[in-house]
Amino acid sequence: MSSGHHVPTIGMCVRVWLALLVLTGFTIFIASQDLGVLNTPVALLVAITKATLVIVFFMGVKWNTPLTKTVAVSGFVWLLILFFMGMNDYLTRGWLGVAGR
Amino acid sequence: MKEADVQQEPSYLGAPYGLASWLLTKDHKRIAILYLISITIFFAIGGSFAAMIRAELVTPQGDFLTADLYNKVFTLHGVVMIFFFLIPSIPATLGNFFMPIMIGAKDLAFPRINLLSWYIYVVGATLTLAAVIMGGVDTGWTFYTPYSSISSTTNVTTAALGVFITGFSSILTGFNFIVTVHRMRAPGMTWFRMPLFVWANYATSLVMILGTPVIAITVLLIAAERALHLGVFDPRIGGDPVLFQHLFWFYSHPAVYIMILPGMGVISELVANVSRKQIFGYSFVAFSSLAIAIIGFLVWGHHMFVTGQSIYAGLVFSIITMLVAVPSAVKTFNWTATMYKGAVVWDSPLFWVLGFMGLFLIGGLTGLFLGAMGLDIHLHDTYFVVAHFHYIMVGGGVMAFLGGLHFYWPKMTGRMYSEPLAKVASMLVFFGFNLTFFPQFIVGYMGMPRRYHSYPAEFQVFNVLSTAGATVLGAGYLMILLYLVYSIVKGPKAPMNPWGATGLEWKIQSPPITHNFHETPVVTEEAYDYLHAPAPTREVTHHE
Ligand SMILES: [Cu+2]
Repeated sequence: MSSGHHVPTIGMCVRVWLALLVLTGFTIFIASQDLGVLNTPVALLVAITKATLVIVFFMGVKWNTPLTKTVAVSGFVWLLILFFMGMNDYLTRGWLGVAGR
Repeated sequence: MKEADVQQEPSYLGAPYGLASWLLTKDHKRIAILYLISITIFFAIGGSFAAMIRAELVTPQGDFLTADLYNKVFTLHGVVMIFFFLIPSIPATLGNFFMPIMIGAKDLAFPRINLLSWYIYVVGATLTLAAVIMGGVDTGWTFYTPYSSISSTTNVTTAALGVFITGFSSILTGFNFIVTVHRMRAPGMTWFRMPLFVWANYATSLVMILGTPVIAITVLLIAAERALHLGVFDPRIGGDPVLFQHLFWFYSHPAVYIMILPGMGVISELVANVSRKQIFGYSFVAFSSLAIAIIGFLVWGHHMFVTGQSIYAGLVFSIITMLVAVPSAVKTFNWTATMYKGAVVWDSPLFWVLGFMGLFLIGGLTGLFLGAMGLDIHLHDTYFVVAHFHYIMVGGGVMAFLGGLHFYWPKMTGRMYSEPLAKVASMLVFFGFNLTFFPQFIVGYMGMPRRYHSYPAEFQVFNVLSTAGATVLGAGYLMILLYLVYSIVKGPKAPMNPWGATGLEWKIQSPPITHNFHETPVVTEEAYDYLHAPAPTREVTHHE
């Protein structure tokens, strides 16, 4: 975008790339470990970290305008609305009884 | 006046000539016309499906259409009217044409993407028409699982892909509008000087880009489920059919606001003009658009009170549904307050405004009936629901679209239509509409379910009334089509500002030049400054 004057330096790109590689290695490692109930949360946490690195550094959101940041964040907020209000159904199905159900 | 020299410039309609110049145009005004022609065709197709439905329901027996054919007809009526007419109706035509002009821009931010969105729309629509020709689709426009995913043997995949592709067209339009509002405003055009039509389209665009990806993925999942048996929605292999309804309504409730918000924007313009007053509570009306866009994403579960959704979730969705009525009421009250003590003129735009307000009010209030959980158990899937959403989407959306089309027609085409004919047509549409759909509230309350081709004989009188109303309504629409087309050929030339309206769009020639403005305008006045507005010039039109 025209308003982003700063661009990531080569060094920074390389460091982010290395971090992504390390996290990928970690993903492969934990896939072979049984963490019980933590299996999915840990995998998701690693995936979210990787996605955040890509969005913030490789896609240049860090150096962009507040408007771009708002757009980037609101996309995820809307996804959270879907999850939150959806889970507000799935996790509460036993809370209130219905006659005949 | 200087209008005389301005009129000598060739307008966007004639420069350059030829079919190729239209099909490859990057001019937002020409793309709006392309959209206008396309949605008119789809309105006619969707309307002919409606005619078949109403013809079948004249008698209690299922004698005109078989049950299977009837299922296909109401499905296609819904799919065509919602995805190919209502959603693009105002944003892609009036929004495309006037949003850039209203903020003093030469075009949208991305003219090529604008043209691309029309082509994507055409491809998606053609694919859905292909599904019709191949034998139709019978799931209802809602594509509910498990019927759409494992049971139906009709062309669900083709129709779903058509909807999927068309989704990208509205994402691109929304994206284009948002960037345009942020980056292309003329000097002096601050956010709070923007016409409310621009605010409404901006809010609509937010809904388009935040919601449409979800419906696109959801219908794609249906196609994938049918082809690959993934088990996302199939409970036998771990899926959940109710999940489909969550995903579907996450988009499709906000989609109602895609259909009605731009209409509210049009009505704000028209109300100010017919009252010749500044809009009462401008910033409240502007922010209520944003409030509707945002709160509209939190209420989708009100479509699912009778599914397996938890009662607790139903309560939450029901309460937030009541809340979303507040910003709509803010708009309605502010329009009324604008008209109060206004110098109301009995021009044809007033007829559309009053029609919209009456029908939208009934539609909105009956929405509260349906949002109340207990009452919805009784009314769910009855004709009460059918009547309610037609009052919103046709009574509100289509009335506003027609009002806007009449108001802006002189600017778009440079021609005037017959004012008396327009008044007659608006009343035909209003009375025809009420005669069609008001009996459906009653018969629905009495328990007539939707989506059946036959019904108990005691419901016949209401259905006959409804079909009679649909005939009047159809005649009204046909009349509008005829006199508008006639006006292009034989109508008197339109002056620059026939309604004596405020706004940049009325300070340029009719029809505008390709780049809208000779030089970038500098805005120094607030929106709707009717104290300083010119007098209407419609009466002094020269017949040529
Ligand atoms: Cu809804």
